[in-house]
Amino acid sequence: MKLEDATASIGRAASTSFSGYLGANHPELLPSSRSAGGLTPASAPTLAPHATTIVSMTYAGGVLMAGDRRATMGNVIASRHIEKVFPADMYSVLGIAGSAGIALDIMRLFQVELEHYEKIEGDLMSLDGKANRLAAMIRANLPLALQGLSVVPLFAGFDTVQRVGRLFSFDVTGGRYEEQEHHSVGSGAAFARGALKKLWKPNLDEDRAVRVAVESLYDAADDDSATGGPDVVRQLWPVVYTANSAGARRVPERELALAAAQVIDSRSVAGREA
Amino acid sequence: MTQQFYVSPEQLTRDRADFARKGIARGRSVVVLSCRDGIALVAENPSPSLHKVGEIYDRIAFAAVGKYNEFESLRQAGVRYADVRGYSYDRGDVTARGLASVYAQSLGAVFTADSKPFEVELAVAEVGTRTDTDHLYRLTFDGSIADEQRFIVMGGQADAVVDALSSRWDADHDFGEAVRTAVDALRYGGGSVVGGVSEPRVRLDPGALEVAALDRDPLTTRGARRAFRRFLPAEVAAMLEGAQH
Repeated sequence: MKLEDATASIGRAASTSFSGYLGANHPELLPSSRSAGGLTPASAPTLAPHATTIVSMTYAGGVLMAGDRRATMGNVIASRHIEKVFPADMYSVLGIAGSAGIALDIMRLFQVELEHYEKIEGDLMSLDGKANRLAAMIRANLPLALQGLSVVPLFAGFDTVQRVGRLFSFDVTGGRYEEQEHHSVGSGAAFARGALKKLWKPNLDEDRAVRVAVESLYDAADDDSATGGPDVVRQLWPVVYTANSAGARRVPERELALAAAQVIDSRSVAGREA
Repeated sequence: MTQQFYVSPEQLTRDRADFARKGIARGRSVVVLSCRDGIALVAENPSPSLHKVGEIYDRIAFAAVGKYNEFESLRQAGVRYADVRGYSYDRGDVTARGLASVYAQSLGAVFTADSKPFEVELAVAEVGTRTDTDHLYRLTFDGSIADEQRFIVMGGQADAVVDALSSRWDADHDFGEAVRTAVDALRYGGGSVVGGVSEPRVRLDPGALEVAALDRDPLTTRGARRAFRRFLPAEVAAMLEGAQH
């Protein structure tokens, strides 16, 4: 009996997971404990905002992630200002596509999860560890995903051990896949990926990588109605984060305005239809 | 069945308090002090990995003396409390006052009900926008809680360190000056007493010091909302060097 107590206390001490603690003590706070009731897959996308295209790519010394600013509910634009890319911790960033409300909750939980581990352990979690934790959270959301409220994240970070930028994609069952060079998720992903294939080159510098990201999102917005392009009237540009050995950084608005202007100018000069 | 001997509540409380005080007095001191740049936390601690000072939340730090396993479990419980609260309400809803009263409750419950009180003393510090809006709470083994101004000293021979610090403390110090002041005062703990006057130890090795800080404005200085940072041994050595120039 005494030994069992001791073992149980080691088990408790070994658990540094915030979501694990919530699941055991406050399960009602977990995003996955929401119930969609009798919602059918067909009605879900028209009831709640959906976030769309995220692109991510490696560049010399790091990794970059960018997201457009549009959220849709069916054929209506729900938001022109939504942000879909967030810093997860000091060295990693998270982009989300899919059901926006649940995605934002998962993102918030993931941020606390990483910070909680860091505070309890006094050390950063490994990049693979972070990707696995995120996979577990996405897997926990599977019941909602099957009812049409799916969340598909893209995760990128600087691996402080291997000293390279790495990126991971996920499916709704929590499958975790490491991607090489570049990747894209969301409704405009197919178009963005086509652009990335032509524009991405090994060892891009950071400025070049930002321009490639903006241009590939431009292409996605060109063909996908759920993806928003650069909005010169409202001065809205994609949200772009980079992560390298110095940590995660949000690319400032003026750099993005410049990159967007270059894309728009070159396309206007070319004047091509497709 | 054997009859329990009657022990008066006064006697029981006194015995428990003496027991806890003895445990705490064996350890080296920790100083938590407000200054212009924020709050500095300075501990004598020869271990580079078993910390006496730690981060709880965005603007809240923790310092402790006493039994490591006991205060470490309290620190982890504090992190869980703060993270759950910040996640379910908002990050701004996590305050040192709330955390300190939770600690006071659990320390008080253990002191009266458990077979052995915690041999710990804690400080919960929350950095404000100015020195006078900083919150420094001191919690003792019996669950009593005190709201301190300027600084807190805990651990063995705290009185000698308090005396030394009272005359040296200045609200306008930057981190370097505050840390030098704290280290200077810590020398008076564990020193010898010659003819009723306490003699300080000559010098404290930077490698045996644990130094951390809560930045007053981390968002502009570091682009982060987390105010806590730990100084590396080399940084501590450089800060102490500054005193000689």
